[in-house]
Amino acid sequence: MSGVSILGIVGSLVILLSLFEMLRRHRLREKYALIWGIVALGALTVAAFPSLLAWATTAIGLQVPANLLFFVASLVIMVLTLQHSSELGRLEERTRTLAEDVALLQVELERRPLLEKESGEESA
Amino acid sequence: MRPMPAAWVSGRRVLVIVPAWNEQASIGTTVSEIRACVPEADLLVVDDGSSDHTRQRAAEAGATVCSLPYNLGVGGAMRAGYRFALRNDYDIAVQIDADGQHDPRYVPTLVDRLSEADVVIGARFATADDPYKVRGPRRWAMVLLATVLSRLAHTRLTDVTSGFRVSNRRAISLFARHYPAEYLGDTVESLVIGARAGCVIRQEPVVMRPRMAGRASHSPVKAAVYLLRAVFALFLALVRDWPAQLDDSAGASTAPTPQPSATSEPPRARGVTAPEDRATEQVEP
Repeated sequence: MSGVSILGIVGSLVILLSLFEMLRRHRLREKYALIWGIVALGALTVAAFPSLLAWATTAIGLQVPANLLFFVASLVIMVLTLQHSSELGRLEERTRTLAEDVALLQVELERRPLLEKESGEESA
Repeated sequence: MRPMPAAWVSGRRVLVIVPAWNEQASIGTTVSEIRACVPEADLLVVDDGSSDHTRQRAAEAGATVCSLPYNLGVGGAMRAGYRFALRNDYDIAVQIDADGQHDPRYVPTLVDRLSEADVVIGARFATADDPYKVRGPRRWAMVLLATVLSRLAHTRLTDVTSGFRVSNRRAISLFARHYPAEYLGDTVESLVIGARAGCVIRQEPVVMRPRMAGRASHSPVKAAVYLLRAVFALFLALVRDWPAQLDDSAGASTAPTPQPSATSEPPRARGVTAPEDRATEQVEP
């Protein structure tokens, strides 16, 4: 087994173990863990069977297997970043809703004693 | 005026929590039925960010409605419900689905079983003549979950994904802090949390009805995915570390309770803060 394979296997195992530990300590939610798990398992497969990578390279028509690897890796990172951007946008929308809700509730709370006082004066 | 409280209540304050997400077709009937069958209990519908008329239908039928600003999932809705129960100092919380599957006539029976347990599940498959049938991967998932959780809880459980449950004050204070939001976490993982925290879990056979609106999917692919997710959720629930300090904080901590025995402040209330001055409001006038 070549040094590169061992490096790849160790790297993906480290990712898998940290994933497990982060899930266990509630530091990572399942929906994010899924995509990282797939990435780690993919890296593990390629590291264990480098011939797969060579086969895929010729099948697509590329010359150097490393090029395919880098292309796929950059694509995966891009997709992950995109997912995080969209999640971030969703969270911003939600905090905005929450901030508005809190502000509206506060107005309601502050106005309530005033309204009660007014109605009290009218009846007196 | 309310009728004389039935014997099963025996002076305890009971809250029925109904999580509802886009259930406008069935929520009105469900609420009316609950009010008719258990008039002694207060009723809180947690509208989980519905985009239809769930909120209006529930309010028209006479429920107190707590509307979440956006969809949090059943787990989020239920934690909101349990926090409401804790703040308003309820003794018993009953969880009933909005789709009409759960017959509220079982509630007094379930509550009676609280004399020997902290959480009582209204369970299908508990008797041989149960008409509710599930087959294929979905059934395997249910059997697997039930087997593992039975061992964990030291009792026979046949239906751990049931959303029909009754909790006492000890379980309410636990679920008000730790109620998972993930898929299947709301039923399975919450039971694991309960068992780990030392809650006694029991089940009571119930017959569930077909849903009033909508249908459960019978696609084999979906069933297989359900099995995988169930295995994953169960595995995670079992390996996760839950705060061990929960064992002793059985009392209601966020509400200024009259009982001196129930004032212990838990050492860790992660992610949940409830200022004490906000806990004084009551549902009933």
